[in-house]
Amino acid sequence: MAEYKKPKSEAEFENNFKQKNPLMNDTEAYYEASRCLFCYDAPCIQACPTSIDIPLFIKQIHTDNITGASKTIFDSNWLGNACGVVCPVGVLCEGACVYNHQDVPPIQIGRLQNYATNKTIDAGKVIFKVGESNEKKIAIIGAGPAGIACASEARTLGYEVDIFEAKEKPSGLTVYGIAPYKITNEEVLKEVEYLQSQLGFNIKYNTAINSKEELKSLEDKYDAIFIGVGLGKTRDLGLQGEDKENVIGAVEFVEELRMKHHKLNVPKKVVVLGGGNTAMDAASEAARMGARKTVLAYRNSKEKMGAYGFEYDLAISAGVDSLFNLTPLAILGNGKVDGVRFAKTEMVEGKLQTNINNTFIVRCDMVIKATGQAKQGHLYDLIDDLDIDEKTRIKTNDEFQTSNEMYFAGGDAINGGAEVVNAAYDGKMAAQGIHNWLTKK
Amino acid sequence: MIDLSVNFGGIKAPNPFWLASAPPTNSGYQIMKAFEAGWGGAVWKTLGVPVVNVSSRYGAVNHRNTRMMGFNNIELITDRPLADNLREIEEVKKYFPDHAVIASLMVESRAEWEQIIKDVENAGADGIELNFGCPHGMCERGMGSAVGQEPEVLKTIVSWVKEVANIPVITKLTPNISDIVPPGLAALQGGTDSISLINTIKSIVGIDLDTYAPYPIVDGKGTNGGYCGPAVKPIAMNMLKDLAQHPEIGKIPLSGIGGIETWRDVVEFILLGATSVQVCTAVMHYGFGIVREMDAGLRQFMEEKNYTTIYDFAGKALPNVTDWKHLNLEHKVVAEINPDKCIGCELCYISCDDGAHQAISLSDDPLNRIPSIIEENCVGCNLCALVCPVEDCITMVKKDDGTKHTTWHERTLNDDVPVTFDDDRAGGKGHFVPKPTDALKN
Repeated sequence: MAEYKKPKSEAEFENNFKQKNPLMNDTEAYYEASRCLFCYDAPCIQACPTSIDIPLFIKQIHTDNITGASKTIFDSNWLGNACGVVCPVGVLCEGACVYNHQDVPPIQIGRLQNYATNKTIDAGKVIFKVGESNEKKIAIIGAGPAGIACASEARTLGYEVDIFEAKEKPSGLTVYGIAPYKITNEEVLKEVEYLQSQLGFNIKYNTAINSKEELKSLEDKYDAIFIGVGLGKTRDLGLQGEDKENVIGAVEFVEELRMKHHKLNVPKKVVVLGGGNTAMDAASEAARMGARKTVLAYRNSKEKMGAYGFEYDLAISAGVDSLFNLTPLAILGNGKVDGVRFAKTEMVEGKLQTNINNTFIVRCDMVIKATGQAKQGHLYDLIDDLDIDEKTRIKTNDEFQTSNEMYFAGGDAINGGAEVVNAAYDGKMAAQGIHNWLTKK
Repeated sequence: MIDLSVNFGGIKAPNPFWLASAPPTNSGYQIMKAFEAGWGGAVWKTLGVPVVNVSSRYGAVNHRNTRMMGFNNIELITDRPLADNLREIEEVKKYFPDHAVIASLMVESRAEWEQIIKDVENAGADGIELNFGCPHGMCERGMGSAVGQEPEVLKTIVSWVKEVANIPVITKLTPNISDIVPPGLAALQGGTDSISLINTIKSIVGIDLDTYAPYPIVDGKGTNGGYCGPAVKPIAMNMLKDLAQHPEIGKIPLSGIGGIETWRDVVEFILLGATSVQVCTAVMHYGFGIVREMDAGLRQFMEEKNYTTIYDFAGKALPNVTDWKHLNLEHKVVAEINPDKCIGCELCYISCDDGAHQAISLSDDPLNRIPSIIEENCVGCNLCALVCPVEDCITMVKKDDGTKHTTWHERTLNDDVPVTFDDDRAGGKGHFVPKPTDALKN
């Protein structure tokens, strides 16, 4: 059942993609902040990948020290504003809130965080200080959360920073890859602009680094290089008919959606392949773009899905149907996709087996593959002595330094795909790692 | 059959819920509305000498998500013409002959007192309340709390009033003194029929951090206000107790005032000897309708305890309020944490470790956030139970067998008190205290 009508204008688009975590007003923030117990050794801090002093910033909101609250947040997480709304708080800080043990709703930490930073950003408060110049330079490849965090931290430590970004906007997946109901483009971009205006790192857009010569030139000009390139395009599944029109990767689909909004044409029937959070996002988005029928197809059982429960629920509430225990065999259609042939799967002796005798066709006009992204292996191959693991993730030590000592790395490039908050943490810590290394050198 | 009616030193009312002399009793309109809502009596906003009020009059203390936990004002007595007030008193009495309408008064000279008493009696007031409490503005002119702070002056004025008054007289006292008994006694000696307390407490509720002026701000400046609201209730109850336990003052009716908002407050004041209660801030916050909750709660309490009138339990807590020296030194309670209810906030741990007696420990297992009581260190102070956000999670469990009873008073009489700090009979000796350097661990 379609819950949403095809959006024909920006207003209709915004209505279909209403913010899941809308900005709090002053009164709501005041009352919500008043509920915080100020736990000792607070579990929310422990659950935050960047260890924000959450009880402190909540107390600061309550005492109307919003600038202080923002300092507390940014002190631990350079992307505190975005994280407030895009973090899966239910499994992080809010999931750890002690109120959960009392059957009382946990403190809305994410929204409070976003409230404080939003106010500070909108007021243009100057809260950061560039470190005294040490005349050293860092190059950062990729202006995603890891790169921005690394650049910001490095600037406070006195480094000159140039970021090389392949695309035309900063923030990586936060602007290109996150569901529009989690954060708007404007909100993502204003945080980066806020950081950049105070910290003064440079971003060179439309400047992909993908040749040995370019890397060599960076190595010559800079004292250290941080790799924050995230992941690449959606991996091919190797299916028959995968090259048909309207077969698209989830990452590419979301990027198009985020850039085109209501101008993106989503056809009537959409099949989404996958069971991770990206699959949930893509399905939910297709439904909100007015697809009459959106079907999630996952090869294993519902319980085995990688997606968070709340993400699945969100997709279902948008009108998405789901099919479990099936695997695509071929994509059908004459030029344009018109269906997917699936085979049922079953667990046999603890292993998922395809039952080739039980096949069927699901008709559709679009297939979105949310089955994983390729790594940026081509880039890694160009760097001398760079160790990568069996899943093509860059290996780093505790200081986020790679086997090639000049290179540091963080974010999806080292973890294979995680949250914005993880990338923000990595970037910050990598800058400190670079600083420790260059100081000792 | 529950009967809430009271006869308060000659002033009859259908119930003990009265409005204190304050902005809610500024007009006949408000008082009629209040009686309709269920209030049994009202003390009219103080009538007296001509005054001029300022604009910007009230300030508040908010605590966490509680608005107006404390409240203050710099408003003076009524600024409406006396004739208007008198006419309205008469009108209210016409509509509500059985409700108590009490005229609060504040003037200076004996002649003024005599005249105004005649006026309010002619208007039909059921009683008079002498405002010897107002701590702002009026006291600068020698009235209000300036009188309440001088027992001799207070006694003299009460005696002037009593000489001419034909209706009962309530003397309202100020808490802005170190001991409430001398003014209470002075009122009694002056011949008052009853006493009401407390009036507001001198206060500054806050300072504006941009203009550096105290709230409420009047054109960049402020003055001390009179503090009231839920925050002052403990102070009021202690002063009420002091008068109620006094062998002479305790014999006359006492009207309790100070932060009363709920039925529980009402019952507590009655248990400490009040036989009428006066309310202002709660009405200024929620309107006259707040009396519904007080009335229903008081009736429910009386029904459950089998009381017919409030006199059945008035003063019932007084025998249990004693001097520290009469408390049983053998009594021993220890905190107990219910692990099924504990939510792991660890506030009990940190409050005890930083703020009390280092008698709670944390588990070595980081996943187990349920603290444990170190029973031998626990002095039974209650702090952990007070900070615990979960109802009935931490309880104080009695550990003595109840057979022993000694008090400081008894021990003094028996010459059995410690005389040196290493005396075995001294408290705190042998009590566990971590080494100072233990604070530097981690």
